[in-house]
Amino acid sequence: MKSFVLKKHSALPGFGVSLGFGLFYICLLILIPLAALAAQAVDGGFDSFLQSAFSERAIEAYKLSFGASFIAAFINAFFGFCISWVLARYEFFGKSILDALVDMPFALPTAVAGIALTTLYATDGLIGSLLDKVGIQGAFSYFGVVVALVFVGVPFTVRTLVPALKELPIEVEEAASTLGAKGYQIMFKVIIPAIWIAWVSGFVLSFARAVGEYGSVVFISGNLPFKTEIAPLIIVTKLEQYEYSQAASIALVMLFVSLFFLVLTDYLGRKLGNTGADR
Amino acid sequence: MSGRYKESIAAKIFITSCALFFIGLTVVLPLCTVFYFAFKDGFEVYINALTTKESISAIKLTLLVGVVALLLNSIFGIAIAWAIGKFDFAFKRWLVAVIDLPFTISPVIAGMVFILLFGGSGVFGELCRELDIKIVFSTTGIILATVFVTLPFVARSLISLMSTQGREEEEAAATLGAGFWVMFWKVTLPSIKWALLYGAVLCFARAIGDFGAVTVVAGPLRTVTIEIFDLYNEYKTAEAFAVASVLTMVALVALAAKKSIEKYHSLNRGER
Repeated sequence: MKSFVLKKHSALPGFGVSLGFGLFYICLLILIPLAALAAQAVDGGFDSFLQSAFSERAIEAYKLSFGASFIAAFINAFFGFCISWVLARYEFFGKSILDALVDMPFALPTAVAGIALTTLYATDGLIGSLLDKVGIQGAFSYFGVVVALVFVGVPFTVRTLVPALKELPIEVEEAASTLGAKGYQIMFKVIIPAIWIAWVSGFVLSFARAVGEYGSVVFISGNLPFKTEIAPLIIVTKLEQYEYSQAASIALVMLFVSLFFLVLTDYLGRKLGNTGADR
Repeated sequence: MSGRYKESIAAKIFITSCALFFIGLTVVLPLCTVFYFAFKDGFEVYINALTTKESISAIKLTLLVGVVALLLNSIFGIAIAWAIGKFDFAFKRWLVAVIDLPFTISPVIAGMVFILLFGGSGVFGELCRELDIKIVFSTTGIILATVFVTLPFVARSLISLMSTQGREEEEAAATLGAGFWVMFWKVTLPSIKWALLYGAVLCFARAIGDFGAVTVVAGPLRTVTIEIFDLYNEYKTAEAFAVASVLTMVALVALAAKKSIEKYHSLNRGER
């Protein structure tokens, strides 16, 4: 059995100071604030926590947040696969531009994305007017929330799938086609089984990102309670009304969801053969 | 008949058009929208929108917040990456996971925790009042919230590099009698400078673009993103997009920097 060692000996200096400072910083900025959040949520007793965390309005908001995020992650998984395939396998002029555009939602501030998407999808906007003709309300609706969440999730599937597609050994595909497998058989029996963990992990990452998203959604959703009000927005509304315990209760639920996603992505990351550090 | 599986021409066209259609619709079109509406009413309106007193003070505040958040998180990132990358100790994976927490937590929560700590009825609210320090609804609060959401970038970029680098070079330097700072400046820093810059670019871009976290703690103060929000809600569309176009240009520069560091210094880790 491997014996437990708190720290292996090393010739290098600076361990105590660097780890000490790092831990101090993390405690000060992440752990203590999050503990304060939990404390505030259960301040009025566990019953009042449950009441605020699972009020009718909050439940509607969770349904919207999780439902719309799921749809958005699904759309991103499909189109993300297409983009990854193109980036991993084709060579063409302007490929690096396509590659850079995929990362745009990482870099573009969400508020900017929010106003641009709202303008596009409003009934007098470029896409909104087209949608209006077929009877779909683009902005200020469930549809709008999904549009914003699709935008923020674009990069995730692509960034996990491209390396997986590139690492796929050529021999496997060669063997399959030598043995007479047809195109769709190679796709569904060889390629997809080899990359599905990466695919799922991209899906989970974009889902997790969408659940917490605020900046881009707040513009396009219209923010009607019970209808187009996402969970992070209730938190902001309750804070503005100084209902700190209610806000903290909903935030605590969201925090647990985040922790769940963190564990899940860590698990998937390790299955992909990476350590937590270079996911 | 060797090599990778070759799909039919029809499949190739289908996949490529799906990819281009999707990126066009979700990324290119919104980008064009920003610049179209920013310049729609002419260049003069554009310049006027950027030079109002509100816009200038918002830009100043955002730059200040971005620079301070970048400095603090860089110091933290270097320290924690040194400990994680160069030493073996227990619970390392847990520590790495905790550093990633701000990525999965909603930015709104990042802002609200500081209200709960330092606000009037907060844990340290009384203390702040006695010492006459204002944290919530002040620049300090905005900085704290921004530091929270941008905490992982530099650390992550450095940890993934320094974990793979090993420690032979530093050990050689230490054996030859170099002190910590000499070793750090002459051996470590030159080998991590691109990863540091990479993390710094992502950190700064995210810091100046944050909306969810700062909107909660800003109170009456206005960062650039809050300014955009207010202008848009006042139906000053051209002005809102003018200010937004500045952030968009910064984002484009950051993206170009990110891509060229990835390409020329073979860093493609530390995404998000």
